Amino acid sequence: MIKVNKKGEVWVFAEQHRGKLEDTSLELLSRGSILAKQLGVKFAAVLLGDNNVKPLCDKLIHFGADKVYLAQHPLLEHYQTNSYNKVIYDLIHKYEPQIVLFGATPTGRDLAPRLASAVKAGLTADCTDLQIGSHEIKKTGEKYDNLLMQIRPAFGGNIIATIINYDRWPQMATVREGVMPMPEANGTRKGEIINETVHINQLDLPIEIIAEHIQAKKVNLKASRVIVAGGAGVGSKDNFKLVYDLANCLGGAPGATRAAVDLGFIDRDHQIGQTGTTVRPSLYIAVGISGAIQHQSGMSDSQKIIAINNDPDAPIFNVAHYKIVGDLNAIIPMMIKAIKEKV
Amino acid sequence: MAYNCVVLIKQVPDTKRITGQAMNEDGTVNRAALPAIFNPEDLNALEMALQIKDTCGGKVTAVAMGLPAASDVLREALFRGADDAVLVTDRRCAASDTLATSYILSCAVKKLKADIVLCGRQAIDGDTAQVGPQLAEKLGITQITYVEEIKELKDDEISVKRNTGNGWQQVKTKLPVLLTVIDEANTPRVAGAKMLMKNKKARTPAELEGDAGKIKELEQKGLLIKQWDLDFLEADMQWCGRDGSPTKVHRIQSVVLAAKGTKQIEATQDGLNDMIHELIVDHTIG
Ligand SMILES: Cc1cc2nc3c(=O)[nH]c(=O)nc-3n(C[C@H](O)[C@H](O)[C@H](O)COP(=O)(O)OP(=O)(O)OC[C@H]3O[C@@H](n4cnc5c(N)ncnc54)[C@H](O)[C@@H]3O)c2cc1C
Ligand SMILES: Nc1ncnc2c1ncn2[C@@H]1O[C@H](COP(=O)(O)O)[C@@H](O)[C@H]1O
Repeated sequence: MIKVNKKGEVWVFAEQHRGKLEDTSLELLSRGSILAKQLGVKFAAVLLGDNNVKPLCDKLIHFGADKVYLAQHPLLEHYQTNSYNKVIYDLIHKYEPQIVLFGATPTGRDLAPRLASAVKAGLTADCTDLQIGSHEIKKTGEKYDNLLMQIRPAFGGNIIATIINYDRWPQMATVREGVMPMPEANGTRKGEIINETVHINQLDLPIEIIAEHIQAKKVNLKASRVIVAGGAGVGSKDNFKLVYDLANCLGGAPGATRAAVDLGFIDRDHQIGQTGTTVRPSLYIAVGISGAIQHQSGMSDSQKIIAINNDPDAPIFNVAHYKIVGDLNAIIPMMIKAIKEKV
Repeated sequence: MAYNCVVLIKQVPDTKRITGQAMNEDGTVNRAALPAIFNPEDLNALEMALQIKDTCGGKVTAVAMGLPAASDVLREALFRGADDAVLVTDRRCAASDTLATSYILSCAVKKLKADIVLCGRQAIDGDTAQVGPQLAEKLGITQITYVEEIKELKDDEISVKRNTGNGWQQVKTKLPVLLTVIDEANTPRVAGAKMLMKNKKARTPAELEGDAGKIKELEQKGLLIKQWDLDFLEADMQWCGRDGSPTKVHRIQSVVLAAKGTKQIEATQDGLNDMIHELIVDHTIG
């Protein structure tokens, strides 16, 4: 168990696969460096991989890390729970960081809980925001300053909980993909690379990877300035053409609710919301979407929201800047016409 | 070879059906106003275990930690084909976070000597997906998360297909193993009429409110659902409940939908033209 220490660094697990860093890790670098500054401590990335990952260190520094702890070993080529767990467990006990952050990617959500359990530390899943703050226990008057406020939706997105851990460290959290803006790289930033000796052997790899298949995502929603999302109200797979057409004429990407995905209107890669992608485009057009809390949690930070729904009381209108009540089948063609004439 | 499978099942509030009344004024959740259900992905985990039993033989035990009301999901597991059920309940379990929960569950699973432990990927109340991996760590066994399909199970070796978020992986390992199962894995079977008839009267001692006569009667009929407390589990109290939980709640807010100064647009060509014009002027599009 690691005791509370105010000098500990802030760490981000730099997730890489086949020599490519995950976007979520880069997104975390910006917030991580802000948190470290507020605490007055160094900010480090922890990079594991085979002997070819060293070039990624510079990138991590350009994106905000003061230091990179580099653990290279041929057996770290592919992510495996036990080997990665062991290496990071050793590093945590060697340096006693106060905060350790992971992207809430499938890998982050496989690794972080196993590690937290081994370190006997608290872990908050799927945070959408992180801040530094203080906590007071009303009964005793005890006050804890400079804690990591781990902010996340719970109960299917119906409440926002702020979680803290003040009596055991490190404070660990996984952070949702796409909720923190991607920082700009600064090619002139300098940092320190610390080579770590790795002690693992074949016994730390209890799993044999027999086959693997990588499917490129069919759509990059996070990078789109405009998203036109369709819901169950679109009615059919054929009618989803309207959504594609509107997206196309705005240079945007098509998105969807879970209901539309479940109905087979469009592929799951397009799903937006709590169990899909979180997006924050300049313009979000919601058509035939009721606006369930699980959907809203993935899109309500969009800069401008247009909602089209024939039910004037649809909850989606609560977060919309432009409310259009009517039949999407009539409205979308008119909207396309308006855009073609003006843009 | 027959396998001893243990499935972890949780009773959760149906967060899909949260309405106004389900939120207290102070922003906390009024659990009493929500129907309690079998956590959806735990049904997929149970189904996977039952399929193992169907093809290889063996035994399926369902374990739930929670209040006595969680006996409902254990009965449901029996109706669907589980051979045995265990309720872990103790007032000192209250306020357990995932770390403490996984510790307590590990004490129970150790007693059952499982070859294969199955969890749902995540529970819909907390959505953490942490208990599975944490339980595997506490048990000191290999974990495989996001399991979609068991490809092969032979002697002490299992090969599964797991969803990696951007594709899939087929991996192989030696038992014992803990799997977390995703909803794409299968379609859970419904309760069988025979099992329903057989287990309709199954109860935990907590449900019988300690009525010794009744407890004895059900036990003789093989209808007493096992109930274990922390003493029986010989759990170390420093890892249970509030003391064993490093995470604490600082604040809970109910989600207030920001009123954004919504502008109503007429669903006419003119109305839409004006809106598009506005969006071009403020550089949202174009
Ligand atoms: C744990 C959990 C996670 C979830 N995660 C997600 C998630 O990530 N993303 C997500 O989207 N959902 C998610 N959901 C599901 C969510 O609760 C809703 O069921 C879903 O978002 C509803 O989709 P919808 O708005 O398309 O469908 P509906 O709720 O059926 O709404 C359809 C809307 O279309 C309107 N409509 C119908 N015909 C027309 C027409 N001709 N013109 C205009 N409007 C019309 C109707 O008035 C209605 O408002 C999740 C649920 C749970 C429990
Ligand atoms: N109280 C509990 N009793 C039994 N199983 C549980 C409990 N809590 C979590 N689990 C198991 O762990 C999985 C993940 O839960 P969670 O980490 O809460 O999302 C669930 O799908 C269950 O299989």
